[in-house]
Amino acid sequence: MSAPDHPGGAYVFRLYLAGGAPNSVRALANLYAICRKHFPESHRIEIVDVLKEPLRALAEAILVTPTVVKLSPAPEQQIIGNLSDEEEVLRALGLPQGERK
Amino acid sequence: MSDKSHEYGLEKISSGIDGFDDITAGGLPLRRTTLLMGGPGCGKTVLALQILVGSALRAGTPGIFVAFEENAQRVAGNAETFGWDMRELQKTRIHFIDARMSSDAVKTGAFDLTGLLAGLEAKATEMGAKVIVFDAIDVLLGLLDDPAAECHELYRLHDWLMRHELTGILTTKIEGDQPGTAQRYGFMPFMADCVVLLSQHVTDRVTVRAIRVLKYRGSAHVLNEVPFVIGPAGVEVGSSNGVHPEPQPFNERISTGIEQLDTMLSGGLYRGTNMLITGSSGTGKTTLAGAFIEAACRRGERALFISFDENAKDIVRDLGTVNLDLAPPLASGLLRMESVRTEASSSEEHFMRIKRIIAEHEPRCVVIDPLSALARVGGGLAARAAAERLIYLCRNAGITVLFTSLLEGSDPHLETTTMHVSTLSDSWLQLSYALEDGERNRTVSIIKSRGSKHSNQQRELIFDETGLTLGDPLVPEVSTTSAGEGGK
Repeated sequence: MSAPDHPGGAYVFRLYLAGGAPNSVRALANLYAICRKHFPESHRIEIVDVLKEPLRALAEAILVTPTVVKLSPAPEQQIIGNLSDEEEVLRALGLPQGERK
Repeated sequence: MSDKSHEYGLEKISSGIDGFDDITAGGLPLRRTTLLMGGPGCGKTVLALQILVGSALRAGTPGIFVAFEENAQRVAGNAETFGWDMRELQKTRIHFIDARMSSDAVKTGAFDLTGLLAGLEAKATEMGAKVIVFDAIDVLLGLLDDPAAECHELYRLHDWLMRHELTGILTTKIEGDQPGTAQRYGFMPFMADCVVLLSQHVTDRVTVRAIRVLKYRGSAHVLNEVPFVIGPAGVEVGSSNGVHPEPQPFNERISTGIEQLDTMLSGGLYRGTNMLITGSSGTGKTTLAGAFIEAACRRGERALFISFDENAKDIVRDLGTVNLDLAPPLASGLLRMESVRTEASSSEEHFMRIKRIIAEHEPRCVVIDPLSALARVGGGLAARAAAERLIYLCRNAGITVLFTSLLEGSDPHLETTTMHVSTLSDSWLQLSYALEDGERNRTVSIIKSRGSKHSNQQRELIFDETGLTLGDPLVPEVSTTSAGEGGK
């Protein structure tokens, strides 16, 4: 399910979702849309379905779904929710308005 | 934990805390949800953890502790201070989950608890957990920041617990002591099957803790608020359902330590009863108590002397001047002396501490000097309740108790206005001064003595280096003896 790998300066996300729950489906769609729009050449999304890997979510301290973790570039950043507010997501990713494509 | 079918009637899981089981008529509802509510620092976390640890230790029941507010390892560390071996327990039976949300997590859009519940489900299955604590559920719900979503997620959690037949213990903070004003979480008590409110307030600069069962679906429970303390072994709840087994009365008489006084009491005190000694300052209450304890030790009985605000060493020294030597029984361990600072704790904490000491030392005779010290802090009602429970505790254990009470005026009945302990006493001695030929002499008289004849004379109490004796009866004119109950 991952997008093509673009090493070097790539945006790497890990999205924890709960199977086909509405908020999870929405978060996945929103994350894809944001990635395609803002970093079309350099992103990777890893998906963890907590219903399939429940102990992993627990070990990685994921409390709510959906949760997306930006692994790279540093620093790591956690965003919870269905990512419905694009502006807020970009701000959380540390992308000032001027640098956006 | 029982494996019986739970479709018929409510099964319970013991909390492992006697007083708590008393007020909940047997403990928490099994495979249901209990909510512990209270302000910050009320002891919710300790109580929840203690119940979890207790059932793991006693019944080997595995459990999970989910910490939303505190560092889970720190919670486990704090538990060690209560003497629970968390390291061993964590290897096998108790799993801690640190569920604190990263403080810089950003929230955008709706989310739910599916992830956490899926994780917990897997963990619970893996370890066979039967009990789950969600500590500070309000912190988790606060993340949602939307009353409708909070309610929805709480019900999801509740359904999840029910579906997996888990016993859930949720703790939540409330502001103030009014559960009705638990503001945004007002829906919580409706969901839970058992709701317990913990509170604390400060009286005379001393913190008094109290616990009350607000509701218990399908079960009787004590409606009143009862005091509790967090002692060295965790939460101790003062029991309160008022049901005490009737102890077997003793026919044996034991000495007060003064021969003539024993005669006035038709042979001494009945074992397992109590005697109150009242008197104003300097009338010799502690000395009389010392004589009683010294006599007990001479009979080879284990004894306990609890003094408030006076050093044990000073008491031993002073008693030495009237030929009462407590040093040998102290050295041999037959006698234990405990000196307590009145203002250090509430009356409830004093009670719990004395109860612990009694359990440790197993005395047959106890002195509490003065019992009125209990009333100095924390309010008269609480003190009276603590004194009453102390007296019942001793009576049930067949312990003979002598307690003193300071009297501010000269009328012995004034004492009853402070703690009313005289009504609980089996025997009651009044010490006072009598003026005779320009001398101020100590006197003793018996106000009451249940179940036996007693002298109604007032007699001089003589302390000298040979010991304690009574003088001849004083002439009636100077008698201040009141006709108390039982006085014939």
